[in-house]
Amino acid sequence: MTTHPEFLESQSYMLPSAEPVQLIAADGSEAPAKQHKQYKEPYQLPEMATMLEGYERLVVGRRVNDQAGALVRQGRMAVYPSSHGQEACQVAAVMCLRRSDWLFPTYRDTVAVLGRGVAPVEAFESLRGDWHSGFNPHDYNTANPTTPLATQLLHAVGVAHSAKLRGEDTVVLALCGDGASSEGDFHEALNFAAVFHVPVVFLIQNNQYAISVPLIRQSVAPSLAHKAVGYGMPGERVDGNDLAALLAVLGHAVDRARNGGGPALVEAHTYRMQAHTNADDSTRYRSDAEVAQWVPKDPLLRVEKYLHDAGALAAADRERIAVAAEAMAKTLRDGLNAETSVDPLDLFRYVYSEPTPQLREQSTLLAAELAASSATMGASR
Amino acid sequence: MTTIAQTPQPATPAAQPGERLSGVQTITFAKALTLAMADAMAADPAVVVFGEDVGTLGGVFRVTDGLTQQFGEERCFDTPLAESGIIGMATGMAINGMRPVVEMQFDAFAYPAFEQITSHVAKLGNRTRGQVRLPLVIRIPYAGGIGGVEHHCDSSEAYYVHTPGLTVLTPSTVADAYVMLRDAIASADPVVFLEPKKLYFSKDTVDLDALRAGYSEGGGAAAPSTIGHAAIARHGTDATLIAYGPSVAVALAAAETAAQEGRSLQVIDVRSLVPFDDETITAAVKSTGRAIVIAEAPGFASMASEIVARIQERCFHALAAPVLRVTGFDIPYPAPKLEKYYLPGVDRILDAVDNLQWETP
Ligand SMILES: Cc1ncc(C[n+]2csc(CCOP(=O)(O)OP(=O)(O)O)c2C)c(N)n1
Ligand SMILES: [Mg+2]
Repeated sequence: MTTHPEFLESQSYMLPSAEPVQLIAADGSEAPAKQHKQYKEPYQLPEMATMLEGYERLVVGRRVNDQAGALVRQGRMAVYPSSHGQEACQVAAVMCLRRSDWLFPTYRDTVAVLGRGVAPVEAFESLRGDWHSGFNPHDYNTANPTTPLATQLLHAVGVAHSAKLRGEDTVVLALCGDGASSEGDFHEALNFAAVFHVPVVFLIQNNQYAISVPLIRQSVAPSLAHKAVGYGMPGERVDGNDLAALLAVLGHAVDRARNGGGPALVEAHTYRMQAHTNADDSTRYRSDAEVAQWVPKDPLLRVEKYLHDAGALAAADRERIAVAAEAMAKTLRDGLNAETSVDPLDLFRYVYSEPTPQLREQSTLLAAELAASSATMGASR
Repeated sequence: MTTIAQTPQPATPAAQPGERLSGVQTITFAKALTLAMADAMAADPAVVVFGEDVGTLGGVFRVTDGLTQQFGEERCFDTPLAESGIIGMATGMAINGMRPVVEMQFDAFAYPAFEQITSHVAKLGNRTRGQVRLPLVIRIPYAGGIGGVEHHCDSSEAYYVHTPGLTVLTPSTVADAYVMLRDAIASADPVVFLEPKKLYFSKDTVDLDALRAGYSEGGGAAAPSTIGHAAIARHGTDATLIAYGPSVAVALAAAETAAQEGRSLQVIDVRSLVPFDDETITAAVKSTGRAIVIAEAPGFASMASEIVARIQERCFHALAAPVLRVTGFDIPYPAPKLEKYYLPGVDRILDAVDNLQWETP
């Protein structure tokens, strides 16, 4: 293995910008040009059409979060980790990738998973409790969302490594949380990605909490993006509620990876507006006042204001987007309200490509139990 | 970096100077493993080998010796020192069409990868309803008897056999080293491949052409797989010794001594721990009516315990005596000067045989 010349050149390109990159301010106004100069790359505002597409995805994403929360309250789903307030990160991640690229999501990234085209009922299968996530990742180049924290980052490195060995120009985008950045696999994944110089962009959605534990208990590094330097890859930090900045920063990292520039780490500063999941009580560890500070930074309202002020959001657009969001909500409701049947014998079918003799025996046993219990139910009727 | 398509693909593995790599050969267990990987790599460009020190050095036991030279560093390479990283990256590569064969340097050093193995490698096929299969082989030198220091002699099979979704294999002969590793690489499912490190430098004479005839040009199995099939290592009529990996040779030695004393002991080499060959083992025990299970690992909640339980469930009425276990003690693997007291040896096995409630003549 040879050292890449750019590693030798200078190390400063690895340091994140002095401030999180922001292209559109919280009030929807374009951030002043002089501010752009302090960023390490000449990030450009995306085109209006791109922002409009992003806005639509944000509206749909927000509707998904709201609808999923309602379905949990109605008992149609066991659990839902909401990404309310973080939708811009997931929308930007999806918009930066081609169909042939890969996305590696976590349990909180349902909006991104849907954005990749995974059928809503398939995406919610594990949360509904039917199966542990049965969609075929190859149908969408999107991995099944992973629960053991940071483990998916290594799979992302592996997919990128094999793509590189085969000479494909695939880029892999791997998501994780701020808490996950403390895990050993986070370290191993970034180090492997850098050493093998593979096309992976790691995106940390720093939503300030890992369940109840605030960021200061995870890390006292200057920023999570600074960790990149230790691996020899560029790090960048970005306002995670600014879709425009996310598109610019992630787009830059993805292009760089595709052109053989290797991996990058991006930290998005955002906030988990709701509890960790519906099962969590966030009042035990943070104040309403703290949450309230993030309300005006909302990623959706920000883009809406920006498009409106630019005259780029016609009434017809709003109408069309509202219809699309409602259609998605209806798909979710219909899908999750439908009674699904689970086949108990599926338990044995997929553990190995061919069930072992032992699993065949156990399957026969369960089948006999099921037959016996349906016979007694029939008799008692 | 070049891609795999650009690297030269040797049709047949290049011979080391002065070595003949076909026909009838006397080779070591380690060499049989090397040849299995080389042949699989030659047959299928998706097969890649990686781990710690497996490239330039050829592995601390030299099992990957020559593979980087033959196939290039895209196909056999060193990784950073991180076992979870190795298994996690292998998982991603397998998702994306490769057949990784990775080496854990020693049994106890696979533990950092435990989460990846149990939470993903074992479960991904089931999680995706069979839509993603992980053709991935995790080679682990295991068990003791080599005077190794702490963390280098664990018999860790119980962790893996207890994890549904993993195939767990352990060869005990030179021929099986070749055949079973080829079968593992050809398998659609992830395989934990446990190599008894005590056997690496044992030798046997094998017909390489005959062994290779079991595999098609693309690397698939042409002959029935060894996966799921125990082997009868020695015929006998009075009692059955059931062993695997490093304990097979000890069981055979015990059977030899017993024969001189007039007892005919059958020896079964389990070799495929998962899937387990109930059929062969049940038939064997029923034929003799007495059984002893031998394994190096601590006996409590072990593979040996599982075998005993399965035998008593299936052979109860054919048994003339309780099924006994001769295993390691329930202690951490001992220091070199003490391992001889720990390891199941011929005497301990023969004492157990004496305790099989023989009718007094
Ligand atoms: C290895 C592992 N340890 C613990 C957990 C339990 N757990 C689930 S989510 C979570 C917090 C993760 O926080 P973060 O990475 O910041 O992601 P966020 O939930 O904020 O999106 C914890 C501790 C887990 N899933 N995996
Ligand atoms: Mg978090």
